[in-house]
Amino acid sequence: MTEAVSRSAPILEVRDLTIALPHGSDRATAVQKVSFSVSRGEILCLVGESGSGKSVIAQGVMGLLPKSLPVTGGQVLLHGEDITHAPLSRLRELRATRMSMIFQEPMTALNPVMRCGAQIDEVLREHTKLKPAERRAKILATIREVSLPEPERIFASYPHQLSGGQRQRIVIAMALILDPALVIADEPTTALDVTTQAKILRLIRDLQRRHGSGVLFITHDFGVVAEIADRVAVLRLGDLVELGPRDEVLKQPRHDYTKMLIHAVPNLTPVHRTPNNDGPVVLATKGLAKTYTDGSWFGPRREVHAAADVNLVLRRGQTLGIVGESGSGKSTVARCVVRLIDPSAGRIEIDGEDIATLPAARLRPLRRRVQIVFQDPYRSLNPRRRVGDAIIEGPLNYGLSRADAVERARGLMALVRMDASALERYPHQFSGGQRQRICIARALAMEPELLIADEAVSALDVSVQAQVLELLEEIRGRLDLAMLFITHDLRVAAQICDHVAVMSKGRVVEYGSAAQVFGDPQHEYTRALFDAAPGRGFDFSKAA
Amino acid sequence: MFSFLARRLLSTLPVLLIVSVLVFLLLRLTPGDPAAVLAGDTASTDQIAQIRTHLGLDRSIPAQFAIWFGHLLGGDLGESFYYKAKVTTLIAQRLEPTLSLALITITIAVLVAVPLGVLAAWRFGGWLDRCLMGFSVLGFSVPIFVLAYLMIWLVSIKLGWLPVQGYRRLADGLVPYLSHLVLPALTLSVVYIALIARVTRASVLETLGEDYIRTARAKGLPERTVLLRHALANAAVPIATVIGIGIALLIGGVVVTESVFAIPGLGRLTVDAVLARDFPTIQGVILLFSFIYVAVNLLVDLSYVFFDPRIRY
Amino acid sequence: MANSTEFDSLSTESATVVAQPSALARVRANVSVRIGSSVLLALVLVALLAPWLGTVDPTLFDPASRDLLPGGQGEITTLEGDSIKHTFLMGSDGYGRDIYSRVVYGTRVSLIVGVCTALVALAFGIALGLCAGTLRRLDGPLMRVMDGVMAIPAILIAIALVAIWRGSLPTVVIAIAIPEIPRVTRLVRSLVLTIREEPYVEAAISLGTPTWKIMLRHILPNTVAPLVVQGTFICASGILVEAILSFLGVGLPPDIATWGNVMAEGRAQFNEFPHNIFFPGIFLAVTVLAVNMLGDGLRDSLDPKMAKRV
Repeated sequence: MTEAVSRSAPILEVRDLTIALPHGSDRATAVQKVSFSVSRGEILCLVGESGSGKSVIAQGVMGLLPKSLPVTGGQVLLHGEDITHAPLSRLRELRATRMSMIFQEPMTALNPVMRCGAQIDEVLREHTKLKPAERRAKILATIREVSLPEPERIFASYPHQLSGGQRQRIVIAMALILDPALVIADEPTTALDVTTQAKILRLIRDLQRRHGSGVLFITHDFGVVAEIADRVAVLRLGDLVELGPRDEVLKQPRHDYTKMLIHAVPNLTPVHRTPNNDGPVVLATKGLAKTYTDGSWFGPRREVHAAADVNLVLRRGQTLGIVGESGSGKSTVARCVVRLIDPSAGRIEIDGEDIATLPAARLRPLRRRVQIVFQDPYRSLNPRRRVGDAIIEGPLNYGLSRADAVERARGLMALVRMDASALERYPHQFSGGQRQRICIARALAMEPELLIADEAVSALDVSVQAQVLELLEEIRGRLDLAMLFITHDLRVAAQICDHVAVMSKGRVVEYGSAAQVFGDPQHEYTRALFDAAPGRGFDFSKAA
Repeated sequence: MFSFLARRLLSTLPVLLIVSVLVFLLLRLTPGDPAAVLAGDTASTDQIAQIRTHLGLDRSIPAQFAIWFGHLLGGDLGESFYYKAKVTTLIAQRLEPTLSLALITITIAVLVAVPLGVLAAWRFGGWLDRCLMGFSVLGFSVPIFVLAYLMIWLVSIKLGWLPVQGYRRLADGLVPYLSHLVLPALTLSVVYIALIARVTRASVLETLGEDYIRTARAKGLPERTVLLRHALANAAVPIATVIGIGIALLIGGVVVTESVFAIPGLGRLTVDAVLARDFPTIQGVILLFSFIYVAVNLLVDLSYVFFDPRIRY
Repeated sequence: MANSTEFDSLSTESATVVAQPSALARVRANVSVRIGSSVLLALVLVALLAPWLGTVDPTLFDPASRDLLPGGQGEITTLEGDSIKHTFLMGSDGYGRDIYSRVVYGTRVSLIVGVCTALVALAFGIALGLCAGTLRRLDGPLMRVMDGVMAIPAILIAIALVAIWRGSLPTVVIAIAIPEIPRVTRLVRSLVLTIREEPYVEAAISLGTPTWKIMLRHILPNTVAPLVVQGTFICASGILVEAILSFLGVGLPPDIATWGNVMAEGRAQFNEFPHNIFFPGIFLAVTVLAVNMLGDGLRDSLDPKMAKRV
């Protein structure tokens, strides 16, 4: 599909690209007949859920695909040159000079035993004939360009001495140092914190404007798309279903799939809610704290305050969200409440009873009242036990007869909108979203008063996420539960929470109703968090 | 850095202590009077009584251990009644052949195995890889002494290239020294080549699957640089580990090889001592080998500092 | 919010789950497993059917039939005192004993030692590993002791223990098993520690499942595969070490026919009569090879992730 182009010919042209999958996969091709182009000075966002094939396209353009994923049709043209089946030597010449790539995981993208400066230097040594002094000057200049302070120190440091955001900047520096015309960014901010993500996005956009490169930006996050895309391409199971300018695609999507996806994106403005403030207090934490001491024979004892002085109140029928970045202590609080870890100080009152220091034997009867759903659906179920056995395990522990427990399990399957036959199957036969629903059923089998969702939807695709969130809301209402919702995603919190507590470095910095916290944040950290949320100016609910 | 070194050094002490305790208890496990056992079958009652007082065998077990350990720290490993010599002297006499055999073996093994393993990983699934995997299973399945006899039969008896058995001291000339050690070292090294090549291949394969390899390729670097600068450099730690383990296992192999090739080293000493139930010597040799093992492991751990900059605080 | 039927129809989720072949099917299909297990099966049959495979009692001898070459004809004196004609398929040793019979009967000893060693080492290793992995206080001291045992070369421990207790089948098995226990302990301990961190174990804790049930239901079943693999390697090692011990003269008593003993007795005459060493040696090599191949194949097919490591 050729585009009516305003400037020059496109840098990258992909025509009817088809890439096959190895035998035994769920479908025959990773992508089929995908066509799009990227021109100079524009950012094309390639959006899709997991399994859509977007990463495969990115690696296919660079020629980085393994032999098990061959290109079986179509062409990839870089500056008009057909590089689809180009020899490796030609591809190597083009890499880093005409096209470069930024990867998703900054923590593992750099060689841990080589200094950062040396790793950037490799690019120059391979592709240019500059002398050592010139190379060093150029590298230092590039390090400065990606907004890293103290370039000399960064040059000499090893990757493990830098944070995730800093490492990603090094990767960007490596990608841009030779000024390639095409930059492919494969989910470069997904593994980063919200605030870091915002900075990196801004950096990419600034650099792109300054160098005039074309950027192929892979993402699953529509907020990011709203923030930086010029044009958008939507992939579904290997098919390109929609392609067009950003505003068009986001505000007037044509394909049903795109419409569904955009509807699934939660908005940043909280839904209007009338929380029931009359219910009994189910959970109250007072001065909850968890401190880790790192003592060794030599060296000073280090104390890490994972959580300090946390005071929360949660009533029946309400949802309290704890929002924060990684390391904020939100998960620590959740795990203290469910007593998977023991708090160092403070009280945790469930229905008025303090469980913070109860010994294991006295704790048992109270465990029923608090249940938790974890983040990773692929590790939350024992692969060797049937789903049914997993769900009835809890009730059986508390004396319910097997027959009654199975009855309850059946009922719960209906509640989470799954077929009762699922009880006979094993976890690996289910997808991520389905497994998460099974975990919710398992938690509900105990008939708890408090349900904790610890990043329960973070590992799910946006459409699946929407389904599970809806399910949680429904369950909360029907069973009149209290729900403690841990998340780093502000949009999710806005959608589902009545009250919100914002945590940073172990402390609660803001605490109030969702409307208050989102509408008029008081603490500067909260404000920074909101400023950093990508696509915050975009109202997804207004899409058609 | 220093705290790491100090910590690592200190952590060997408990292990050494436990080894000493275990060796000490070894003797106490024998049925019968330990003094009589230590004195040997041909000792007189006077000699037995002498030993009893020297080692304090009429005192409590912890006291006995303290006395024995005290002697140990002073360098006194006891006296062998079978050989009628101090254990330390016996060991000193037989150290050179064993060390020579061990060093030559491990050198051959590392020089052959590491490149083979790297190549096999690089050409994963190819004929070299499959050959290597097949050979390596063979390598540590065929017993060393069977292989040794096979080699002797082939090379020494049928072809007459190398001497059949025996050992010549280095002081007596380099050529006879080497010609007597080549066959035993080659035979022994087969097992270690198999083991080290396997682990090298596995480690390099694992590192080749890491993200930074993909980054290196995306930078347009040639495969050789990717393999050596990026993959091998990161596989160095597990490879160093297995070399350390190989050195430890070497001791067991040395015992058998010396027996077959009639090399008068520590391995032979051990076997002869066991057959004669000469406990002081058995204890001494076990202690020596264990300490060597701990020392080798310590060196390997310290080498990590050199290979992996993350282990430097 | 859109309605859920919209999601259900358009969601890409249900499209993504693929049926995988079961673990058992993968094991059965693996080439190494097939070769290794068939060879082992043949050896087990040889061991069981030993009396009917053209052998005589392995302790029988006849001074007139000493040092016969393979295929040689000679006489052998039975227990009753009669001399019968006998073809010495693999030759005879220095006493006039039939090497073929001794090798065939030796199969029994080797297989028994191998299997028993593996079972003993696994039993103790699992028990100790579970303790170390679950009881924090015991973990440190226990692993230090294991480190200590591992510091002493395995063969020296075995030799020393056999020297102390005098060679007999139970003592040899225990002496060979003891040095293998630390490695199993380490493996079990690390498995327990990793599996304990898994969310499904945490879920079981929050469901109020008692610790022993968690151990039995969640942790142990997920350790079976690596332990089976480790067990086969211990078996191979056991067979090898027993042969070495016998060869050195510090293993089972010489009147029991084991491959190591046959080779030990044939050492002195190796130059002229290599068949003493080669025939038992071949059997030994083939057996150990088969067990190792089985172990390799099991490891590759039970856990593809383990296949890349050793």
